Amino acid sequence: MKSEENGLNSDWNNGGSVHMEKTLVHKREKWQSFFRGLVLNRHYYFMLAPFFILFFIFTVAPIISSVFISLTDFNMIQSPKLVGLSNYFRLFLNDDVFLTAIRNTVAIALVAGPISYLACWLIAWQVNEFGSGLRTLFTLVFYIPSMTASAIEMWRYFFSSDSYGLVNAWLFKLGFLKQPVEWLTNPNINLSVIIGITIWLSLGVPFLAFVAGLQTLDRSLFESGAIDGIRNRWQEMWFITLPQMKPQLMFGAVMQIAASFSVASIPMSLTGFPSINYSTHTVISHVIDFGNYRYEMGYACAISTVLFIMIILAKRLLTAFLNRVGT
Amino acid sequence: MFKKHKKINRSFGGTLLLLFCLSSLGIVMVLPLYLLVISAFKPVDELFAFPPRFFIIRPTLLNFDTMYRIVSNMYIPFSRYVFNSFYVSVVTTFFHVLIASAAAYPLAKGKFSGKSLLFNLVVWSLLFSAPVTGVPRYVILAKGGLLNSHWAIILPQIQSVLGLFLMKQFMENISDSILEAARIDGANEYRIFWSIAMPQVKPAWLTLVIFAFQAVWADSGQNVLFEETLKTIPVALSQLQNSTISRVGAIAAASLIMIIPPILVFVFNQSRVIETMTQSGIKE
Repeated sequence: MKSEENGLNSDWNNGGSVHMEKTLVHKREKWQSFFRGLVLNRHYYFMLAPFFILFFIFTVAPIISSVFISLTDFNMIQSPKLVGLSNYFRLFLNDDVFLTAIRNTVAIALVAGPISYLACWLIAWQVNEFGSGLRTLFTLVFYIPSMTASAIEMWRYFFSSDSYGLVNAWLFKLGFLKQPVEWLTNPNINLSVIIGITIWLSLGVPFLAFVAGLQTLDRSLFESGAIDGIRNRWQEMWFITLPQMKPQLMFGAVMQIAASFSVASIPMSLTGFPSINYSTHTVISHVIDFGNYRYEMGYACAISTVLFIMIILAKRLLTAFLNRVGT
Repeated sequence: MFKKHKKINRSFGGTLLLLFCLSSLGIVMVLPLYLLVISAFKPVDELFAFPPRFFIIRPTLLNFDTMYRIVSNMYIPFSRYVFNSFYVSVVTTFFHVLIASAAAYPLAKGKFSGKSLLFNLVVWSLLFSAPVTGVPRYVILAKGGLLNSHWAIILPQIQSVLGLFLMKQFMENISDSILEAARIDGANEYRIFWSIAMPQVKPAWLTLVIFAFQAVWADSGQNVLFEETLKTIPVALSQLQNSTISRVGAIAAASLIMIIPPILVFVFNQSRVIETMTQSGIKE
């Protein structure tokens, strides 16, 4: 191809800018192959179109506009006024509650996130052992908490701070306590209680995805592994099951990160809003506080953008870690 | 029952132990829900008893009766709310599974320019789960003239990226040789998608039906629907809640009824999540 080019050029070119001609023809060919690719792959684009048109309208456009709003001062009644980065400066330099919220959110994400991810995986793995009927029952039992958020009231009763709360009453009976423990109202321990409840509630989307994924594995690999000398279930899990499940593990990890960083409604309904000493104030609570209650939309958008960057960094770390699974 | 495969190092005692551990864990998980369910059958004096008891002394169906009487007296017949909820949920679930799977197939198995850009956009938007997108989204709905119609609930839920992400991850595991063979045999991409890719990821879209239905069922759409004849069950039940304070029993009965359709959908779909690749038949 290239030699033909040169021959063509030297015929009608005065020999001066051969190099420039070559680059221009090369560029034109790249554009041509690009458009050819578009036409060849047109069915893929048709299949993508319905989803992504809606996606751009209802998800990308709001996100971009909220990033823009974060650079303004917007109280939702008057039109926004551009103020540049002052929201961000105020966020990092002037807002102590935000720093507390970040600390709480990171604590919840670092503790509840991995534990619940591991719990999802282990329980899904074990539930998969049973036959179809029992498996459906167990999946239902473990998934139900995340379906019915109205059970939160029960948790408030369980951890009620007086001696009638269920946990307190049992610990009294068993003799461990002399005085009721204020689970939800003591700022030193209510974060740990919230972490525990979050773990209980979090056997949701990743759990079902793992259960479904375990059904799509290739059975022949297990049999050949047994022949080749896999000694116990843990080896089988690490060398055969997990590598085949990498896409689903990645899916579960992303969902888990998104969920752990967005914990807000549970602390808000259980420990009050705002919580005592802001002890269970998370970043999303902060966003809701400024967005829905104080009508400072620009500031709320700035907080969201900062949270977004944090989550992206966490996801990068996790992806790098997950790529080592099975080795 | 399905044929049980040979397990390594699993004795009968081991199975019993596993069953016991999972069951005890399961009971802890179910406990608050059990309270919710039995609250619907308690007479009002037991409902207000504190500490709440785990058993009912005199089970009664009076709460359901009260609830029925209240909803019969509403301005709009309750069946209209039920119809709205089911209509919105079924339509959304159907289109969501179809459109998200159709978009996931090229992202998983195709090669075209813009693929990684689109997928990164999808994953990033999944991580931007903040309440602040609610306001721009409302403005977009308003400018598009979609407010006060069911499309205001359906369209945003169709493009829920959770579904796309789930389907794409599952489709990655489909072996390329089967798709190649189908292409050589002359199938076009739509045929390959519908007849080869989708059956192989059946557990995935069954799970997606569960997620989608549950998400739409719980979405009351209260800030986009203003006409009374279009509203859904959660809105009607919240009117129940705000009516009088002595209706606690009816509220408990109503909460129980709200949970039942998602659970039914769950059981129906989950029992069909069976092994799809027992014999893949591919020699790689």
